[in-house]
Order: sequence, then C-alpha cells, then structure tokens
Amino acid sequence: MNPNYNFAFLDEGSKREIRRATLKAVAIPGYQVPFGSRELPIGRGWGTGGIQLTLSLIGPDDVLKVIDQGSDESVNAVNIKKFVALCTDVKTTTHTREATLIQTRHRIPEVPMTNDQILVLQVPIPEPLRVVETREELTKRMHAEKDYAPMWLQLYESLIRYGRVTISTEYPCMVEDRYLLNPSPIPRFDTPKLYDAECLYLFGAGREKKIYAIPPHTKVSPLAFDDVPFQRETFPGKRCRLCGSADTYLDEMFDSATGERFYQCSDTSYCQEMRAR
Amino acid sequence: MILSETPILKVEHLTVRYGDGCSQCQTHLEKNRCTACGSIWAASDVSLEVYPGEVLGIVGESGSGKSTLMQSLYFDIEPTSGQAFLRDYRGGAQSIWETSSAEKRDIKNCVMGMVYQNPVMGLRMDYSAAANIAEKLIAAGHRDAGKMTGRVTELLDAVEILVSRMGEAPRHFSGGMQQRVQISKALANNPALLLLDEVTTGLDLSVQAKVLDLIRKIKARYGISILLVSHDLAVIRMLADRTIVMLDGRIVESGLTDQILEDPQHAYTQQLVHSLL
Repeated sequence: MNPNYNFAFLDEGSKREIRRATLKAVAIPGYQVPFGSRELPIGRGWGTGGIQLTLSLIGPDDVLKVIDQGSDESVNAVNIKKFVALCTDVKTTTHTREATLIQTRHRIPEVPMTNDQILVLQVPIPEPLRVVETREELTKRMHAEKDYAPMWLQLYESLIRYGRVTISTEYPCMVEDRYLLNPSPIPRFDTPKLYDAECLYLFGAGREKKIYAIPPHTKVSPLAFDDVPFQRETFPGKRCRLCGSADTYLDEMFDSATGERFYQCSDTSYCQEMRAR
Repeated sequence: MILSETPILKVEHLTVRYGDGCSQCQTHLEKNRCTACGSIWAASDVSLEVYPGEVLGIVGESGSGKSTLMQSLYFDIEPTSGQAFLRDYRGGAQSIWETSSAEKRDIKNCVMGMVYQNPVMGLRMDYSAAANIAEKLIAAGHRDAGKMTGRVTELLDAVEILVSRMGEAPRHFSGGMQQRVQISKALANNPALLLLDEVTTGLDLSVQAKVLDLIRKIKARYGISILLVSHDLAVIRMLADRTIVMLDGRIVESGLTDQILEDPQHAYTQQLVHSLL
C-alpha cells in the first residue's frame, strides 16, 4: 500500500460525505442525489463516479472485481483495479462469486449476485430525461411532479417510425412506480436483473455529480406500453464460440484475417468458468 | 343558445402587468403604458364568460391584449391578478390560476385545447404527426399504443389529413396542414373548450377558407365551445356568436356579433368596422 495516501486514496471526510449521499440514495430508490464529486488521478468520464463509490465503501476485508464491457482484462478495468489495490491492499478477483464489491461499466455479471454483494455502476449520463429535455431545472421539476409523458412520447415515436422500441442500452425504468431511472448504459439484456434483485446496485456519475441506487428487492419496471411488452435482446441460433453458451449476452466479432463473423460471451470470467467445467 | 346555463369558462378581472406598477399607473396611462413608471398593462380587468356550444370572438388590433388573454388561460404567462373558472375543473369552484403546476398540466391536456398562430408553439416539429397528437393521449394516461394509434387515425381523419402521412414530421407539412395537425391535437381528449389564437393568420385565402370550414364542422359535430381570437373581422363574422372588442388591454365593447359589426357603439369599434367595409 502506498504510505503517502490515506487508505482508499480519499480522505475520511470525503468518504463520509459520499457514503452519506449513498445512504440517501438507498433510502429513496431511483432518486438522483447530488454529491461533491472529488478530483481523482483519473479524468472525469473514465469511471470516476463508480471509483468514488468504490473507494468510499471499500474496507480491508473486501474482495474487488472490476469489469468493463463484461471483461476483467480491458484497459479501464485493469487500471481501476490496480489503482484501488495500490491504495488499499485489498484482494482482487475475476470471479463474480468471490467478490464482495464489483465495479462495472456496461454489464451486470451473468452469475446472479447475492445479498452480500454490491454492484457499483459507472454512469455517464444519470438523467433519463436528458434525451427529451436538455434543461436540468426542468428535468428536476419533471421528476418532482412525476411527469414522464415526454419519455413515453419518445417510445411511441419509436413505435410509429420503426415499428418497435429501438432503445438498446440505458433503457428507462420506473423504480417503485415513482422515479424514472437511467440504468447506466447496460444493455436491455441486463435490465430485468434489476428487478427484485438480491444485491445492492449503486450508480455513480462523477462528471454529473450524482449518486443513485436500487436497493435489494426493489420493483424496477422498464417502460412499456400495455400492448407492446418490453423485450430483451435475443441471439437466435447463436452460441459462444469458446464455451458454447446460448443463454448469455454475446458480443459479435470479426476475424480480421478471414472476415468470418463469430460470437463470444461478453462476460469473460463467466465464459472461462464455463470452459473450466 | 341558453345563456342561463353554467358557463364553460368564466374569467374575472384578469390583469396582466409587466413591470412593478406604481401609484400613478391608473391616472397616467398612455395607451396601456404608464408614463410614470413604464409598466405595461397588457390586460386590465378583463372579465368574460363562454357558454356551452358557443363561439366567443375576440377582436382588437395588435397589442390589444388578445393573445395575453389566451396565453394566460393556457398558462403560458402568469396573470398579475384575477381568476378563471372552468366548469370542467372542480365544477368551477377553484380558479385555474390558483392550483399546482401538475393540475395545470392536467387542465391543459384534458379540459382545454389550444391552437397557436405559430405552429412551432404548439407542435414538436421533429416528431411525427401521430406522436404530436398522441402526446395529449399519453398525458391523459393512455398506455396502449394500438388504441392510441386508432384514436390518432380518427382525429387525422376528422381534420382531413391522409392517415398515410401520420409518420411524417409536421416540419414537412404546409402551413394549413400544420394548423390542422394542431387542431386534431387540441381535440384529442374531447376538451370542452377550444382556444384558437389567430389560426388563419398567415395562410393564403383558399387554405384559410378550408381551415375556417373545418372549425365550423368541428363546432357542429362536437358541440365544443370556442374562444376565438382574430384581428380579421371576416373570420369573426363567419364563426363567432358573440364578440368582445379589446383595446389597450381592456374590453371596450361586447355583444352579439351581428350587433357589434352592424351597429358598433364604441369609437374604436366603429373605426375598426369602417376600415373593413
């Protein structure tokens, strides 16, 4: 552990302020709580919201896993893991089951999470209404008045133009029939995992200075018209070329030499476990 | 028409002032501007009633307070003082200006319909015509996309727009068509009152005639009450049962339309009628 820094890099006062905002977020599921986003040795937009949550929560006994687009080995994931390890000396892992704290960008692990685990999501744009209203003053008022008609209109427009809802990631969800929430950029595939989950989901947006949460066993419903049910992505007839799984979220890839198209599990650690079995 | 019925709309002492006002405002008005403090009295002590199935015309030159009245009723501007009662909002027991912004939104969406002179004010130019109309339905709580599209089809039919064009954005429509989309949007939730603000201004004569014809049909078919603002006496003569003449933010004359146009009493009305004929 680097002796020049406090445990987990941030000073105790900062960690306490972030935890206080986190507690408020847990108490009001789906509500975006403002917090004083700190400077970090990483640029904003590179997961600083998630890192601050991780740093404020981590203790010496925690086991950390960091994933980016489902992968434990991508540059962003590796560097965040190194940074946290450097200033805490906690154990890191790639196995979802071993971890107590998982920081992620874009994916929720394939292995179902349990009630002693926390998933920290890095959030680029916390405001689900930003696509329909650019002014913060108005989106705040819309949340206060539960006026989500413009978002429904966006969905309807999508149906009229394309015959289906075309949102692929960040699918807007109602939390406990009260707040509309942007589930970070997770694919539609992962959205149902937010409903009545065992684990705690925390969302941190460093640049936008917001924290929000989905506590365990919370009702999280994707917006959907009565006659057009919400659907996740499916991969009909496709399998992971490495482990053979057909029930996971698959990445489409191309062999640069042959130009051949193939599919592979986005969750690399899950894929490895399946192969080891 | 039975005037003893409960009015659909009752406005009492509407005053809209821009500026702080001063003790000399009442005695130092030059047109509607106070020479002492510079405040503008856009509307002063305006009271009127609209009865079921009636078309009430409002005439007056530019700056006479016609649009101020309309925009106050549609909550686009906040009146300085005065009250307005709608039969269909709490049975007329509470002024629509003394309620929460969420309730105001409900009133706009379900009890009234508005057609602006400038379609940009009333339509989302980049959304499809269908979505523009469905916006009102969504706001009223509809969540069945198929049923909404059915209603949209009905409404487009009523204003003689080809249903095959409902997926196009109003930006690509002619001025007359844009007005017709606005009218069908205003009618979406069968409101009791339609506010028409200079709907034919800026349209060429044959298109004007079509839109006026449409308004007459709608009046006959739905028995809806209409508050019609125009500076065009021909429009007023054609549509309005009763007419109010405004000048410098005040009502200077009111009565049956024929009476106003054939036997004007106020000097300004005489001048107005004379200039037409």
